[in-house]
Amino acid sequence: MAGYRAIDFYDLDDQFSEEEQMVRNTVRSWVSERFMPVIMEHYEAGTFPMDLVPELAELGVFGSNLPEQYGCAGLNNVSYGLICQELERGDSGLRSFVSVQGSLVMWPIHEYGSEAQKDLWLPQLASGEAIGCFGLTEPDAGSNPGGMTCRAVRHGDQWVLDGRKMWITNGGLSQVAIVWAQCEGTIRGFVVPCDTPGFSAPEQKHKFSLRASVTSELVLEEVHLPLDAMLPGAKGLRGPLSCLTQARYGIAWGAMGAAMAVFDEALEYAGERIVFDKPLAGFQIPQQKLANMATDITCGQLLALRLGRLKDAGKMTPVQVSMAKRNNVMKALEISRVGRDMLGANGISLEYGVGRHMCNLESVVTYEGTHDIHTLAIGHELTGISAYR
Amino acid sequence: MKIIACIKRVPTTDAQAKITPDGQSLDAAGFQYMTSFYDEIAVEQAILTKEALEGEVTVLTIGPSEVSKEVRECIAKGADGGVILVDPEWASRDALSTAKTLAAQLTSMGAELAFFGKVATDRDNGAVGPMVATLMGWACVTSVVELDIKADGGTAKRETENGMETVEFSLPAIITCDKGLNEPRYAGLKGIMAAKKKPLLEIPVDSTPNQAQVTRLELPAPRSAGRIVGEGADAVPALIDALRNEAKVL
Repeated sequence: MAGYRAIDFYDLDDQFSEEEQMVRNTVRSWVSERFMPVIMEHYEAGTFPMDLVPELAELGVFGSNLPEQYGCAGLNNVSYGLICQELERGDSGLRSFVSVQGSLVMWPIHEYGSEAQKDLWLPQLASGEAIGCFGLTEPDAGSNPGGMTCRAVRHGDQWVLDGRKMWITNGGLSQVAIVWAQCEGTIRGFVVPCDTPGFSAPEQKHKFSLRASVTSELVLEEVHLPLDAMLPGAKGLRGPLSCLTQARYGIAWGAMGAAMAVFDEALEYAGERIVFDKPLAGFQIPQQKLANMATDITCGQLLALRLGRLKDAGKMTPVQVSMAKRNNVMKALEISRVGRDMLGANGISLEYGVGRHMCNLESVVTYEGTHDIHTLAIGHELTGISAYR
Repeated sequence: MKIIACIKRVPTTDAQAKITPDGQSLDAAGFQYMTSFYDEIAVEQAILTKEALEGEVTVLTIGPSEVSKEVRECIAKGADGGVILVDPEWASRDALSTAKTLAAQLTSMGAELAFFGKVATDRDNGAVGPMVATLMGWACVTSVVELDIKADGGTAKRETENGMETVEFSLPAIITCDKGLNEPRYAGLKGIMAAKKKPLLEIPVDSTPNQAQVTRLELPAPRSAGRIVGEGADAVPALIDALRNEAKVL
């Protein structure tokens, strides 16, 4: 296969600063040279390439939009978005790994943590010495996180946590977990070292999606924590939901990366595959599919870019993120299904990327707010009427 | 030590070459650019040398102002600054004109060691590094695959067609770098942020006229279609015959 050619139909490069382009190009090259050669093997084996974590840290992708004083790169949010786009061009599992570490673990510690929590954890997480996970979803609380049953009860000078979390990316790989629990009539976040007695993270096996990403349960059985394990700045559901806004922002970019990978592969395949004595790309139906793909990708890229500029200006709202996550992931999923189809039988082989991206995106469309929940968020914003219940 | 890494901006390797109607240059429309492959090795070696011996690395190039993109990338990898000698006619300069401009700049910068790629991937001349060394009266070792530099000189290995050659040299020196000398690092994101704050000078230059001029460019003739002489073991005699009598390679 020829090298990756990222579609840029509207010359969006023109809209990125030299520095933003450099960030993107660096991550793009790294993904091509270091990640693409190993992804098929890891996807089949159901493993994440942990040996690449030091390289990811050296590049500076963990918490890349957090300040330099904690060992982070201090990039703007458009650069962070471009990083997500390039990582997910490789695999949604790779982007998920980095999203969780940066947006769901480092961001809440930076936003809501004490100075001591920041000083202890942020440099370790930036350097990849510690991996983190985010425990919000429970077996019976997904789209309704307020229904969580995990509890933190104060006993003297300690918090005692009990409960179960499900579908936790990086759970079994982590040294630290941000765990959300019912606590004294509200929801609070706790920074839980994963070697605390009573904490375990059994892996959830047999996934057909995000196979190159470790997904775990978190089991907390009388986990005793010091009082200062609580994130002092986060109270109520707003805490975890604000973290998800950060992660969804990256997903809106990342999904376009997956779609761009699919488009590139489908276009190349259609150009080379000869049917009835001419390339597949010379027939009207494949051309229509490619035209639809290119249009949806261009729209998604523009949406992500505008969202990033709003975020950098401090004007982005959560419901704007909902729109971008909802649109871009669903479009990417549809594009990957069409791309899979265009490759015919080859589309089901892991020798090609289309099928892998398609399977991955089935998770991405569900996690971090399902498509339908984001529909309701936008509906609520437009009408002023909540339709969740 | 004042270390210079000289780089050239070249079209990306996937660029489709198209010749201009006058037949003397390439049509640059639609070209994307990158730092020449071997020059990236030169930049890496300059940074490695700085890390080992201490000193300062400056990335030097001749080109349009837009080459700042490539120079910034090199700075992001760990160089301390960059200098662009701005020459609108940079792409058509011959090797000697380029070498004279670079030699004058290296002298004015007080350079003690300069790294070049062994050849630029566009024009494939491989001449500028040795010419600069000659103009300056410096030691020069080309196509280096192993290098050990001390404060006053060094040892280099060159891979030649006849085997490995080991060369001792004094400083100041010009080293042209070959594949295998090192593995160029990625520009880390922190390096990209830091690169913004490092100096990047643009100096207009009046280059000396060319003494060699490209008069004509031609694309390679398209390859003729292959011929299948048969299938399986039965086809071997026909294949041997074709290789021996038509292709004359046996």
